[in-house]
Amino acid sequence: MKSIMKLGMKQRTYAEQKALWGFLYVLPWLLGFLLFFLVPLITSLRYSLSSIEAKSEGMKITFIGFDNFVNALTVNTSFNRTLTDSIVNMVVNVPLIVIFSLFLAVLLNQKFIGRALARSIFFLPVILASGVIANLEMNSLVQELVQQSASGGSSGGIGTFEMERFMLQAGVSENIVAYLTGAVDRIYTIVSQSGVQILIFLAGIQTISPQLYEASKMEGATGYEAFWKITFPMVSPLILVNVIYTIIDSFSSSQMTELIKTTGFNSFDFGLSSAMAWLYFIAIMIILSISTYIISKRVFYQD
Amino acid sequence: MILARLMSIESWKRGLWSIVRLVLIAGLSFVILYPILQKISTAIKDKSDLYSPIVIYVPEHYSWDNFKKAISIMDYWHTLLNTFSLSTMTTLLTAASCALAGYAFARLKFKGSGLLFFGVVLTILVPPTTILIPIYMNLKDFNLLGLIPLLTGGKSINLLDSYWPFVLTSLTASSLKAGLYIFIFRQFFRGIPKEVEEAAYIDGAGVGTTFWRIMLPNATPAIVTVLLFSFVWQWNDSFFTTTYLTSSNVMSLQLSSLPHNLSIMLEGGVATNKDPFYMSMVQDTGILLAILPLVIIYLFVQRYFVESIERTGIVG
Repeated sequence: MKSIMKLGMKQRTYAEQKALWGFLYVLPWLLGFLLFFLVPLITSLRYSLSSIEAKSEGMKITFIGFDNFVNALTVNTSFNRTLTDSIVNMVVNVPLIVIFSLFLAVLLNQKFIGRALARSIFFLPVILASGVIANLEMNSLVQELVQQSASGGSSGGIGTFEMERFMLQAGVSENIVAYLTGAVDRIYTIVSQSGVQILIFLAGIQTISPQLYEASKMEGATGYEAFWKITFPMVSPLILVNVIYTIIDSFSSSQMTELIKTTGFNSFDFGLSSAMAWLYFIAIMIILSISTYIISKRVFYQD
Repeated sequence: MILARLMSIESWKRGLWSIVRLVLIAGLSFVILYPILQKISTAIKDKSDLYSPIVIYVPEHYSWDNFKKAISIMDYWHTLLNTFSLSTMTTLLTAASCALAGYAFARLKFKGSGLLFFGVVLTILVPPTTILIPIYMNLKDFNLLGLIPLLTGGKSINLLDSYWPFVLTSLTASSLKAGLYIFIFRQFFRGIPKEVEEAAYIDGAGVGTTFWRIMLPNATPAIVTVLLFSFVWQWNDSFFTTTYLTSSNVMSLQLSSLPHNLSIMLEGGVATNKDPFYMSMVQDTGILLAILPLVIIYLFVQRYFVESIERTGIVG
């Protein structure tokens, strides 16, 4: 008995002890990871490759190969359209959100009266643009009614229309003009999706040591130069983080999620629904890896 | 003389910039606040004002009628209590389990911890939609890899429509956006100097004591950040709540079924035609009621929150 005890209690080195505790601390997460992530992930992959029939005695799963994937891409009426829509939306919005939030973070970092108030207002979108509230806000009839009566019919678009004409006359390319005016029209969407990003950039800017700015000021750099030569390189790792976060964040509010859910729960086609989810995931992964590859080549790291 | 002129140009430039800045920030703040203001103006309107051509923002007849209706339909106080307890519970459990995991990934390296951390990143990347249906099935016939049938005699338990899915997922750090919280904690613990920890070990503290007595108090900003993010997101979440809970009263569920319940109530009463604008009006009031507690909490902790995330140092 004593020898067994001794075996169990054998003196461990400091590093071994730490490793043991580390494993213990990770254990809850690891259990959750296995139970609620890895097993469902594999099950989902299996579902997507088989046809599922719900019967009174339980589910019947038969392997049918890639039929569900083919079905989603060729037979289902709304899948292709929804997928391209949500991807196009993502590609259009992500650069805008990231640039906008960097700009605002720089702005909010400067000293001015009412800075604390402005910072707390700019955090409000984190509350407002998440989950069910964002969904409901999309289809509020009263707001549209008020908007119409307030702007007196069609005059709402005049602002951007003027700007468009002005820029076209100045010889800016048509595509760029359409992109920019589109951005102005969607300003609320962009502002409401950039709450977290602004905070992350703000955190990053505050970690830059003030000595750098002082030195550059002594050498005669303007604020513009200081931004491009100091602020921008120093927050570039965060640009990568924010691009990834923005891409991921845009799943949760996309039409695709809704389609996958209705296919699964309203028409009980779990196989097709899983296949859709996997196709969506693969599309996202491709976009993520391309953008990570492009950005991470330009990111500046301290070491 | 020349110096003085230069100075004046400088100060002109600075003045101009601060005006531009003021306009930009005020304008964007307005864009953010506009929907809320509009909802408030809608909520205090009387029904008759809705079609009055002279009323746009400031109502002619003020009334609390919308609030009364929304409160009674949403079963507001009961729902508030439910949502509050659910959010508080998941938030506390998630923060605890994520802090443990984050600390282990940051400081307590063991064989394969790098690989496991890749798993954390994977949980951030995979959209919850992908694994939604298997999780649903799993919880419907919950058997814990075949362990529970051994105990109960061949029967698995149905965990849906209870708070158990939330408890289990948050206890095991795999609830809503938990990967992100683990990431925040890890980045933060990495930022605390190693010397502090080593000093504690030399003074005879074990790993557990060091974590509890030294690291956690130092990580208060990170804890606050995670607590608040988690609370807000759980409060508003409709994705998991509609999957796990089918009949319970939670704010996000009540909010999304408000128009439906309202139309049932209207039809049950006097034979009125369902007026879509009126329904939307009550729904706006409902949204206002749902975010009100969050805004109040936020106003109290706002200063701490905005400052705290600056110190969490989420750097690449």
